[in-house]
Amino acid sequence: MSFPWAKQYTPSHPAMVWLDERLPLPRLIYGAVGAGYEVPRNLNYFWNFGFMAGLCLVIQIVTGIVLAMHFAPNSAIAFDSTEHIMRDVNWGWLMRYGHSNGAALFFAVIYLHIFRGFYYGSYKAPREMIWLLGVVIFLLMMATAFMGYVLPWGQMSYWAAQVITGFFTAFPLIGDGLKEWLLGGFAPDNATLNRFFSLHFLLPFVILGVVILHIWSLHIPGSSNPTGVEVKSKADTVPFHPYYTAKDGWTVGLFMVIYGLFVFYMPNSMGHPDNYIPANPMQTPAHIVPEWYFWPFYAILRSFTQPLLFIPGKLMGVLAMFAAILVWFIMPWLDRSPVRSAKFRPLYRKFFWALVVDVLVLGYCGVSPPEQPYILLAQLATIYYFAHFFIIVPLVSSIERPEPLPFSITEAVLGHDGQAALAAKG
Amino acid sequence: MIRIFSILAGLFFIVGLLWSTAVDTLAFATDGLPTSPEKEFHIEHPKALSLKSDGPFGKFDKEQLQRGFGVYREVCAQCHSLKQVAYRDLAALGYSENAIKAIAAKTTINAKDPLSGEMKDRPGLPADHFPPVVYGGKGVPPDLSLITKAREGGAPYVYSLLTGYAAQPAKLANNPETKTPDGLHYNPYFANLNIAMVPPLAADGLVTYSDGTVATKDQMAKDVSAFLVWTAEPKLEARHQTGFMWVGLMLFVTVLSFLAYRNVWSGTKH
Amino acid sequence: MAHDAGIDTPTADSGAGLGALDSGGVRRRDFINIAAVSAAGVSGLVVLYPLISQMAPSADVLAESSTEIDLAAIQPGQAIKALFRKQPLFVRNLMPEEIKKATDVDNNASEFSKLRDPQTLADRTKPGKQNWLITMGVCTHLGCVPLGAGPGEEMSRGAFGGYFCPCHGSAYDTAARIRKGPAPRNLEVPPYEFTSDTVVKIG
Repeated sequence: MSFPWAKQYTPSHPAMVWLDERLPLPRLIYGAVGAGYEVPRNLNYFWNFGFMAGLCLVIQIVTGIVLAMHFAPNSAIAFDSTEHIMRDVNWGWLMRYGHSNGAALFFAVIYLHIFRGFYYGSYKAPREMIWLLGVVIFLLMMATAFMGYVLPWGQMSYWAAQVITGFFTAFPLIGDGLKEWLLGGFAPDNATLNRFFSLHFLLPFVILGVVILHIWSLHIPGSSNPTGVEVKSKADTVPFHPYYTAKDGWTVGLFMVIYGLFVFYMPNSMGHPDNYIPANPMQTPAHIVPEWYFWPFYAILRSFTQPLLFIPGKLMGVLAMFAAILVWFIMPWLDRSPVRSAKFRPLYRKFFWALVVDVLVLGYCGVSPPEQPYILLAQLATIYYFAHFFIIVPLVSSIERPEPLPFSITEAVLGHDGQAALAAKG
Repeated sequence: MIRIFSILAGLFFIVGLLWSTAVDTLAFATDGLPTSPEKEFHIEHPKALSLKSDGPFGKFDKEQLQRGFGVYREVCAQCHSLKQVAYRDLAALGYSENAIKAIAAKTTINAKDPLSGEMKDRPGLPADHFPPVVYGGKGVPPDLSLITKAREGGAPYVYSLLTGYAAQPAKLANNPETKTPDGLHYNPYFANLNIAMVPPLAADGLVTYSDGTVATKDQMAKDVSAFLVWTAEPKLEARHQTGFMWVGLMLFVTVLSFLAYRNVWSGTKH
Repeated sequence: MAHDAGIDTPTADSGAGLGALDSGGVRRRDFINIAAVSAAGVSGLVVLYPLISQMAPSADVLAESSTEIDLAAIQPGQAIKALFRKQPLFVRNLMPEEIKKATDVDNNASEFSKLRDPQTLADRTKPGKQNWLITMGVCTHLGCVPLGAGPGEEMSRGAFGGYFCPCHGSAYDTAARIRKGPAPRNLEVPPYEFTSDTVVKIG
């Protein structure tokens, strides 16, 4: 569906007419990210992260395919082949640093994209499907990033594989068997490395497929916007091209500057030094931490130190960590407020910012050693995290009195008089 | 319905957490903050070390790298391997082809003979990597190729560790539980304070520098740290130079495309 | 069509915001938009360079692109196999009668014109070192390794006393020239030079 005033693709060149009749791919692109897609005129810069995330996925796939040409997925030589890439392969260091820092920036962009959704209520009807597919993409990204981290077969790679598959041993009865099945052995080894390589290669293309569905479902209702008021007339929208291609375009340039600063000037700042030590099953690093984008979830996992009734603390931690993400799936049904944007929701807005601070605190606890006072801090922050999603969001939407909404996007942009003038003209 | 279920699930996790928090906090209240000799005496921040390879425009000081390589060969190589580095890589330090050939030929490489398929000893070639080092002593000397990237603190840490050996403070030495065990050596820069490595640069002049630099302990430690930055990141110069051009180009593109963006949106209020 | 420079959407509309501008402003803005799209395009091309270059041989492969061989131990009449760029290399110390067999062909115009790939022994060796026949051990037919250089293969050198490929019966003479069988060219002579009387550097 698109708005009735959206421009139609009308090829003029005979070759394009010929193509359009046989394979309307240019028509598809025109309607998806071209002049045929009408977008609210009032999007702010938080709406740029979707485009940027798509770019990150392309960067990861391109650099990843290059790395796979030189990498050897065998536990005996994986570490050395990574160093071979860094030292001997032409521009190999650029591909590797580009891939590892690209992954981290991909997560940075995705987190901003997700929190944009939380603030502006992007998950609400009729956009639930976009949101659900988005959470699926995030879960796939986490799995892909984890398996990619294992590939260089350094100390952190090895122990990440050991610890993460160890989560599954928390489940009663099937746990131990499940872990052995995941690893293809009793501990991470060649079988693990090989399957992780295979899946790490496959999953990005699965992500690409889900991204296409994500964009497809976006084009049914069209983009949301900072007011949360639906598009009412032609004056509310502008065509994606050239308006948002230009806006996304220049921020891509800015992204490339930041990406370049990381890749060329601090390529190891987001990595852990221990991963430059070859994997050693006989010695655990003094302090195991995941990459920064998993720190908040790692803090949640470690907060459950005591059994509850008959449930062991370890299982509670694993369940909580999964629940912390899975609860996002039901956000559209937990939040019943008819108002989308937190701009007009005074109470929810306060809790949103509390959540932002809370997640940052969780991240800080996740990278700190598991000792006091960080344990206490992590536990308090985890309590708020669960209270926020499971209790506060459903309750606030019932008791809150939203502020008055603008009549339309155009009114929000031009003010009431401008809107009237435009109406008189049109 | 879904909201009632969610609130119940939330309460379940929160009760579990409150229980964990209560138990842990009670223990925290009685035990206080954790303490250990490491927390008290480990020096986390290494000494300042300034190298020419530092910073966004950093380049290697080839003379210093050659001196550092000398220290590695004369001192470190007794116990530590350098297996990610190939002799041919030494060209980056300014050695000529013949000099590299001579350096490589001094080592014996056990390699597969391409014709017979058997493992045979032969003199090293420039294409060979530094060979493994057989070590029979206490501890496990790590391979040094990546050491400045594999340790928190990088080159300054290596420099601090090499020059940081000290007498154990009386508080630790007088307690039989914390006294440095026999065969280990007290070094506050090492994470658990007692290191198996014998102080390697114990005396001035262990190495004779061909460029006339005086081989003090401090100088040798600096030089070998600089050398180990190179072994860990041989492409550092190319990275810095490519980065300068890339960031420059991208700033240019960003400014132009920002102006184009302003053009496109001029006259459209948003 | 100010904003469509370089973008392949023929009917894409130009920006709505340009209508009220005088023509000088439009021209300046056109220029900036074209420059921005061009600069982005150039950046894309710049990125292609490392992506293509990474597939070229890496430093460790290039390090093995030359090989040194000590000739001191090779007796007249003897040949050895060595490895050059991951392929077999034949080094043969020709006996005087083998040299004569090859030069007889060079000096006989009618015989020489019958060669499939006419080259003299002198073309294929270094001056003053005519006894050292150094060739690749890769048959020019389909890439098998001919017999005649390995240990115990002295009796398998074929009808012309050089090398003999058992796969399809190509026979090479004592200058490693193709004389009989399906191979189209002589065994390839790699680039090499003598660094001393007894050491030769291949590649």
